Amino acid sequence: MISEPFSSGSTLFHCSDARVKVIGGTVLSLVLATTTSFAVAMIGFLFTSLLLLISRPSPGLILKRIATVNIFTLFLLFSLPLTYGGADIVQLQYFQISLDGMRIACLIAIKTNGILFCFLALLATSSTVSLGHALERLRLPRKLVFLLLFSYRQLFVIHQEYLRLHRAAQLRAFTPSNSLHTYRTYSHLFGMTLVKSWNRAERVHQAMILRGFDGRLIPLKQPQLRKSDYLLLASLLLISLILAGFSLNNPV
Amino acid sequence: MNYETPPLLRLCNISYSHPGTSASLLQDINFSINREHVGLIGPNGCGKTTLFQLIMGLLKPDSGTILLEGNAVTKSRDIKKLRRKLGFLFQHSDDQLFSPTVLEDVAFGPLNLGLSPDDARDVSVQTLEQLGLKDFEGRITHNLSGGEKKLVALATILAMKPQLLLLDEPSNNLDPATRERLIEILRGLDLAHIIISHDLDFLAATCTTLYTVQDGSLQRCEQKQVHSHEHIHPYGDYPHQHGT
Ligand SMILES: Nc1ncnc2c1ncn2[C@@H]1O[C@H](COP(=O)(O)OP(=O)(O)OP(=O)(O)O)[C@@H](O)[C@H]1O
Ligand SMILES: [Mg+2]
Repeated sequence: MISEPFSSGSTLFHCSDARVKVIGGTVLSLVLATTTSFAVAMIGFLFTSLLLLISRPSPGLILKRIATVNIFTLFLLFSLPLTYGGADIVQLQYFQISLDGMRIACLIAIKTNGILFCFLALLATSSTVSLGHALERLRLPRKLVFLLLFSYRQLFVIHQEYLRLHRAAQLRAFTPSNSLHTYRTYSHLFGMTLVKSWNRAERVHQAMILRGFDGRLIPLKQPQLRKSDYLLLASLLLISLILAGFSLNNPV
Repeated sequence: MNYETPPLLRLCNISYSHPGTSASLLQDINFSINREHVGLIGPNGCGKTTLFQLIMGLLKPDSGTILLEGNAVTKSRDIKKLRRKLGFLFQHSDDQLFSPTVLEDVAFGPLNLGLSPDDARDVSVQTLEQLGLKDFEGRITHNLSGGEKKLVALATILAMKPQLLLLDEPSNNLDPATRERLIEILRGLDLAHIIISHDLDFLAATCTTLYTVQDGSLQRCEQKQVHSHEHIHPYGDYPHQHGT
């Protein structure tokens, strides 16, 4: 089951309007993504770490997410210093370590984690559905929002169908091995998953049409922006602005 | 001249075969319903679900017409109107529930009918309460049990205030207590309904007329034969159902 483990809670971010979080998070991560200054990236990273702390995620889960993303940055940390080249080079036994490469790799790692924390703190604290509705009220094309919401919903269906078939195979003593039988079984499994998900999607669509659906999803909750929402938006934008200003003045 | 008001729903000479199959599944179906409680029985695969899909406009009959209050349903506007008056409970509730929470799912129909979010919420809460599903509003739909799903699916339909219910095997997989509750609910509704079921006791409790689908045709059963017989089986004192 695909769950949204961070979306339930009662912290400041869980209670804030999704629109505010979408705008604030996007602007802040844009600034972080474009900066070339070490100091700005570091300050941004510290700030988003603070945001993440405020959102109080469960430690085990959050570490797992962070670890997943950092597999990629670790790879860069190892490869860039060896391959980047440039003027500053330190000879370490057989290896030529490029300091420029080291710097870039660190910058990327800090920026990546800063943006990740920003998303985990701001966006992951809303359910996908409320994010979808927020996007719709921010005037994103309705078709796109619909696509987002329904791909999300459809993932559930496909996943469920797959689990069901897989269980059926297991119950009949299927153990995967490196054999033609295994590959054939898996190809049938995937094929059936697709066909069944398709049929199921069609029936769900029929159910929606029967209940008057005409392409427009009307949200039940029409949250009003509160004072705290404006405050949050203002502070997020202010910080982003300050960081952007610094970043323009100190390119390195 | 006939000045009687036409029946709510009338099927005239409906025939249908699934694309790609040669033999026709349903042949010359004639049927009309106004405010009756009708039961529909027939062997697996005889086309009962297909008949409901034809009525709701999900499938197009090869020939014949469907009349809603005397007017032929042909244009998509007519179909829309028909779908507002008829509520179809699917055989598999999983296909019917798609919103994350129960409240959102029940409110989906009323919102589509143009109710304001506040009104839609009120109607939904009321309907859930009427079905004994108080405090279900925030529950996650895909975590509900099969029986709960069935009742919530019924709520999603009742919230749209239909005039006729089409229920496809509603008592399947219900425990005896929930099944009793469903019978009470249906008796209390004062709505016309057509119920497909293999559970004859359930039909006897909820319907006044029985039809069978057999070899493609729909036939009215002569007077219900109420009968009882003694029988014995293990765990007999535990409340249980018969007739499937
Ligand atoms: N999309 C389809 N294409 C081709 N054949 C179909 C399709 N859907 C159903 N059928 C066939 O049509 C027949 C009638 O199906 P239907 O679902 O109406 O049966 P049913 O009376 O509801 O049976 P049950 O009691 O098992 O629910 C079945 O033989 C089925 O295999
Ligand atoms: Mg059926």
